[in-house]
This record gives sequence, structure tokens and C-alpha cells, in this order.
Amino acid sequence: MRAACAALLLWAAPVLAQPAAFQVVGDTIPASLTGTPGDAARGRAIVTTRQRGLCLLCHSGPFPEEPFQGDLAPSLAGAGARLTKGQLRLRLVDGRRLNPATLMPAYYSTEGLVRVGRAWQGRTVLSAEEIEDVVAFLVTLQE
Amino acid sequence: MRRFATLALALLALGAGPRSGFETMTPELQAMQRDDFANPGMLWVAEGEALFQRQGCTGCHTPAQMVGVAARYPVFDAGRDGPIDLAGRIAQCREQRQGAAPLPTESPEALALAAYVANQSRGLPLAPDPDPRLDPARRQGEALFRERRGQLNLSCAQCHDDNAGRRLAGSAIPEGHANGYPLYRLEWQGLGSLRRRLRSCMVGVRSEPFPPDAPEYLALEAYLAMRARGLVVETPAIRP
Ligand code: HEC
Ligand code: HEC
Ligand code: HEC
Repeated sequence: MRAACAALLLWAAPVLAQPAAFQVVGDTIPASLTGTPGDAARGRAIVTTRQRGLCLLCHSGPFPEEPFQGDLAPSLAGAGARLTKGQLRLRLVDGRRLNPATLMPAYYSTEGLVRVGRAWQGRTVLSAEEIEDVVAFLVTLQE
Repeated sequence: MRRFATLALALLALGAGPRSGFETMTPELQAMQRDDFANPGMLWVAEGEALFQRQGCTGCHTPAQMVGVAARYPVFDAGRDGPIDLAGRIAQCREQRQGAAPLPTESPEALALAAYVANQSRGLPLAPDPDPRLDPARRQGEALFRERRGQLNLSCAQCHDDNAGRRLAGSAIPEGHANGYPLYRLEWQGLGSLRRRLRSCMVGVRSEPFPPDAPEYLALEAYLAMRARGLVVETPAIRP
């Protein structure tokens, strides 16, 4: 499985969104999408803001100020201990590459979607910068 | 009838049959729905009853003829060669049989008439018309229910079949049954149709809702009726 995935998959950028090209290696995207590290504080704000990250619709986590958290997915607590930066990045960018039936939206892909609302067409859920911010935050969740 | 209701309740208790969204509401909201004096949907029903007289429906129908209609709909309409739902039938009577100007879809008057007619079936189990001519629509509806859509790439089934009973942030995910429409939704501060509910679930996954008269709605309605078979009509239900 790992060997099959290890072939480098190159991203073909769709017209409008122009997600940056990135390389998938195994179950990871090793390199930052922007070439620079993200900002963990901004990442935390994205994760806990319902309209931006949407994460707490499905996930719970160590966010005591957020009374409404979902239970459709594993807790984000300890995500940074369970997964490497590269693994976290691929899960966010397009979890379908790991599990085609995943409930989790692909945050940095416009491919394979049906009837996307007019306001969202050709746009990824998060930008490359935002993905990096969220990754930077998730690695801080060590327990 | 009574025996059937008892059996249906027993099956519900065992978790065997479909579960109404009523079951996952707070006791306060359940009490509000049960009490006709507290249920704001009953104001629309009363308005619908007045319209039923004023707009001449009684020229051809007795209220008693409306009992059980909502529990059977959508049905096959030969003239359209396809399904027709309750709101569609009422609009058809008005426009084709009375020669009256159409009521704007989902206008307060149209909702009130539909609420009054559907309320005549309150307490009756949903018993969709077995007419095989509805099968293509039901199949299309089921396919739409299972299709992932929108920027968030989620299907109705992923929430309402696979994750019913779990929590989407603050909201309990119901099984998504259409046995209480038109209903009073607290978030809307008013009465709304099943189509409005479907549109909000579509918009929720950042999907483009189907245009107002798209056949997809009828297909989904026909499938949802079959899926909720046996649940009792609750119109006017209350939902958060
Ligand atoms: C629609 C529901 C949904 C949303 C929204 C969602 N996720 Fe997930 N996520 C899941 C599910 C379900 C899994 C479990 C793995 C799978 O099914 O692919 C998961 C897995 C994960 C994992 C791996 C967890 C582990 O311990 O293995 C991480 C990390 C993660 N999600 C982060 C996020 C972040 C960050 C966001 C917001 C930017 C987010 N998710 C939004 C449903 C969701
Ligand atoms: C001129 C006579 C006439 C008037 C007035 C009329 N209808 Fe009808 N209605 C009919 C006929 C005929 C049918 C049967 C149509 C069919 O089954 O194809 C029908 C069917 C219906 C049905 C479906 C009944 C069933 O068993 O499937 C409903 C509901 C209904 N009408 C509601 C109304 C309402 C509400 C009004 C007033 C806005 C109204 N009708 C006015 C003639 C009328
Ligand atoms: C992301 C999860 C999700 C998806 C996808 C979704 N829904 Fe829903 N749906 C909900 C939630 C949550 C509610 C209850 C909202 C509330 O009452 O606050 C709901 C309510 C409903 C209801 C009302 C149930 C009642 O008791 O009155 C129906 C019907 C329904 N959905 C149908 C659908 C259909 C059809 C689709 C696909 C087009 C769909 N939903 C997609 C989450 C979802």
C-alpha cells in the first residue's frame, strides 16, 4: 500500500482556484504548500471558527471556550502526537487519497465535486496559507 | 388503526423502524408540539382552514375528504406524467380547476392551505402510494440522497443514515424524515415547507440548491416518503 502510494502524485491545478502544486509521498505531503511555516495562533482561530475551519462541526478537541463540538470524528486532542506534519497536511489537503469514503472534506482541492454552490465554485475550503496555519497549530496538540 | 399505532410505537421503542425528528427534540419542544395552544404552527392551520372556505375549496371538497391525503403524497399525476406533491396538487386545483391566479410558491397562503390539509392526516401513518409509476422518481430520489455534493462533498445519507443520533457541533442529526411538513422551525421563526428544509441542507454543504421547480425535489420527496413509511404525520411539527 505504502509502496503504491509512494509514487509521486502531481497536482493538476484547476482553472480558477489554482491550488499550488504539491507532492504526495506515501501518506504525507512533506513540504509546506507555501514554502514557509504556518502560524499556530492563526491556525487555532481557523480550527475553532465554525464558518472558516468547520472542524468542530465534526471533531471535538481541547477548546474549553467552544461549547458546541461535534462527535462524528476522532478528537483532535493529541493529533500532533499521532501524526507527523506531512501526514496532517495530506489529511487536510485531500483525505480522499487515504480513504475515498472519508466524511472529512478535502480542504485544498476543487476536484471531483458535484453541484458546488455558486459562491464556492473554483475555490478551495482553505487557502494554502490557512492550511499551513492549521498544520502548525495541530502539531502543538501533543496530548 | 389503534392496534397499528401501538405496534408502530413498540417498533419505534425497539429502534426497528424509522425515528421521527420529534424523538431527538428536547422535552420542552416536544411539549410545545403536542399542545395545540402552544404550537405556533396551529395559527397557520387555522388560517388555512379559513382560506379553504374563503377560496372556494369547499365548492368541490369536504374537509373529511382531506383526511389521509398528506399521508399518501406524493402521488402519480397522469397529466404531468410524473409525481405531484401536496403543494403541487393544491396549486393545480387553484389554477386549473378554479381558474384562479397562482399563489406564489411557499407564500404564507400556500403554506397555510398545505398545513391545514396535511393537519387532517395528523396521527396517521405515512402510507406512500404503491403506484409503480412512481418508482423511477423514487429511484432518482434515492440516488440523489446518496450522492455526495457541494464544496464539503457530503451526501444526505452520510448525515441522515450513517450519523443520525450523533452531533454536528450543537445540533443533533435527525434521521431526516419528512413527516411533519409544513412545520414551524424555531430557526426560521415561522412555518416552512419541506423544500425549504431541503434547500437549507443543500446550502449547508455549500452546494447549489436545485432551481425552484426542478424535478429533483419531487424525486427526493417521493423517496423520503417511502423511507419514512410508518411514521405518523405530525403536521404542524416543531423543529429547532
Ligand atoms: C464533515 C466532518 C469533518 C470535518 C468538517 C472535519 N473533519 Fe477531520 N476527520 C473527519 C473524520 C470522519 C475523520 C476520521 C478519518 C476518516 O474518516 O477519514 C477525520 C480525521 C481527521 C484527522 C486525523 C485524526 C487522527 O487522529 O487520525 C485530523 C488531524 C483531522 N481530521 C483534522 C481536521 C481539521 C483540522 C478540520 C478542520 C480544518 C477537520 N478535520 C474537519 C471528519 C471531519
Ligand atoms: C372545481 C372543483 C375543485 C376545486 C374548487 C378545488 N379542487 Fe381540489 N380537487 C379537485 C379534483 C377533481 C381533484 C382530483 C384530482 C385527481 O385526483 O386527479 C382534486 C384533488 C385535490 C386534492 C388531492 C386529493 C387526493 O385524494 O389526492 C387536494 C389536497 C385538493 N384537491 C385540495 C384543494 C384545495 C386546497 C382547494 C382550494 C384552493 C381545491 N382543492 C379546490 C377539484 C377541485
Ligand atoms: C452535514 C450533515 C447533513 C447533510 C449532508 C444533510 N443534512 Fe439534513 N439535516 C441535518 C441536520 C443537523 C438537521 C436538523 C437541523 C435542525 O433541526 O437544527 C437536518 C434536517 C433535515 C430534515 C428535517 C427532519 C425533520 O425532522 O424535520 C430533512 C427532511 C433533511 N435534513 C433532509 C436532508 C436531505 C434530503 C439532504 C441531502 C440533500 C440532507 N438533509 C443533507 C444535517 C444534514
